[in-house]
Amino acid sequence: MARTLDREAPRSGRRFRQTAGRQHHAGPLTYVLLAVAAVVSLFPLYWNLVAASHSGERVVQAPAPLLPGPRLLDNLSFAWNQVHMGEALINTTVVAGLVAASTVVFSTLAGFAFAKLPFRGRGMLLSLVVATMTIPPQLSVIPLYQIITDLGWFDQLQSVVLPSLVAAFGVFFMRQFLVEALPVELVEAARMDGAHSLRVIWHVVFPVARPAMAVLGMLVFVQAWNDFFWPFIALTQDGNPTLQVALAGLGAGNHTVDHAVVLTGALISTVPLLLVFAFLGKHIVGGITAGAVKS
Amino acid sequence: MATSVRARPDGSPPPAAPPSSSGSRSRRSAPGRRRSTLYRWDIKATPYLFIAPFFLTFAAFGLFPLIYTGWLSLNRVELGGDPQWKGLENYTDLATSEFFWNALANTFTIGVISTVPQLLMALGLAHLLNYKLRGRGFFRIAVLAPYATSIAAATLVFAQLFNTDYGMINTVLGWAGFDPVQWESSKWPAQIAISVIVTWRWTGYNALIYLAAMQAVPQDLYEAASLDGASRWRQFISVTIPSIRPTILFTVVVSTIGATQLFGEPMLYGGSVGISGGSGNQFQTLSLLMYEKGWVNNALGQASAIAWIMLLLLLIVGGVQALVSRHNRKKLGG
Repeated sequence: MARTLDREAPRSGRRFRQTAGRQHHAGPLTYVLLAVAAVVSLFPLYWNLVAASHSGERVVQAPAPLLPGPRLLDNLSFAWNQVHMGEALINTTVVAGLVAASTVVFSTLAGFAFAKLPFRGRGMLLSLVVATMTIPPQLSVIPLYQIITDLGWFDQLQSVVLPSLVAAFGVFFMRQFLVEALPVELVEAARMDGAHSLRVIWHVVFPVARPAMAVLGMLVFVQAWNDFFWPFIALTQDGNPTLQVALAGLGAGNHTVDHAVVLTGALISTVPLLLVFAFLGKHIVGGITAGAVKS
Repeated sequence: MATSVRARPDGSPPPAAPPSSSGSRSRRSAPGRRRSTLYRWDIKATPYLFIAPFFLTFAAFGLFPLIYTGWLSLNRVELGGDPQWKGLENYTDLATSEFFWNALANTFTIGVISTVPQLLMALGLAHLLNYKLRGRGFFRIAVLAPYATSIAAATLVFAQLFNTDYGMINTVLGWAGFDPVQWESSKWPAQIAISVIVTWRWTGYNALIYLAAMQAVPQDLYEAASLDGASRWRQFISVTIPSIRPTILFTVVVSTIGATQLFGEPMLYGGSVGISGGSGNQFQTLSLLMYEKGWVNNALGQASAIAWIMLLLLLIVGGVQALVSRHNRKKLGG
């Protein structure tokens, strides 16, 4: 690194009096660029709302509408009653809720074992957990599809929930957190007091792990809510769809539904998560960076 | 480090502390032999009990299907029928299939034109977010908002924005004097449109990962550079980028894995011809081809072979990553 720093400052480069990185205030150009980034990020979401508030005919007319129209409630009630977005919303909430809850509990148990309990094969098994993260879902869908067909689970929500009960990412995430956050003396003290393992989990591990469990829960919930590939194979639009499967059915043009209704469906699938982000955004930001930087 | 998810830096017990100490102490004073055997058994078995859910789930829904897919890839398989041994024929068939090579090439090109701009923009964005800012929280959450959108919702919205006849993007291009672009039916425009969807959803997410890494760079490196007269741009190139190289490598690998599996965006972007990746297969990816083989043509053996080829590709990516990071470590160490 020293080698690169020795080089002359570029001749034509403008010299700033304050040149260091993060402790400096942003100039106007920074704000302009960030404002552009924010607009680019938010505009499609805004336009989704606009399109969902117009008639199907208006959405497909050039120039596309830029301001909200009068038909949002009509479209919502049509999407809710005629194309069953309401049922899909409930299905998605159930699936994402179950997957998040079970992933958080099981990941905390496994993460605690990997972080603080001595056992044979710990290092090897932990590497195995990390390695499984790279296996693409495409590799398992064909046998999984045969299994759920044989079991009669096609179109049943458990075919989506069961494979996601616990995830390698969660185990790794909780392990990283507990390595630092849980003093081993705390566990030993509880043990000395004669607490059995479930007691230790309930009274020591869960309370310490709570902030990380909350973050993991949100991340997994978002992921399960938006999951597409496997639900699209295991569920159909007319059976028991999640929101994403229902949307895929609408968007693929199998039904004669207008585009305003399709985009109303998209809005229904996006708004709950946007609300979560609006209220808990800071924690989610922290969770994403915490999970990534450590791996 | 995990600044926002730390429990208590001082390691003090949390409010909902272990059971009241008086009760536990009375129990400790009466340890029986039977209980201590139980206790020892508890200590030995619990770790395995705690990790069992992960490994059982993985064995049932990950490992077994993975191996079984490998076996299926050596057979002719139709749904509900018995597999017939074919040896490597599925693989040799793919090697001579123009659809396979087309899908492989599309996966590669869409992957490159979505991953490279995405990560470069994320780096720039992270650098901007690293300044002392008013409204920092707003900007962070604003750029992360696309991450909250599902593949399906994002693709359906962008399919409208990219529509050749009435989409807003062609309208704006028209104002600038350009002819309407065939965003769906021509090859490169369609691949670019799909890449825009991927890039839109993931740039902010990657920017926040970079931001966290940038904030861990020691401040004195910047001070030294600044004393040497390095401009901000020079510091970004010579201090920031080398310092966060492991994080960059991490995002490259994760994005590459994601790009290899691209399925929902091209499928939904193509509408009624989505599964074949457009009317001329111009944006059919490996995942789409696998789905088409398996669920449209009922050739699950061939689909399994494609799945295994994807695994091989990812293993190659992982190998290259391991080599690069070893090389990096050597360079930094020496």
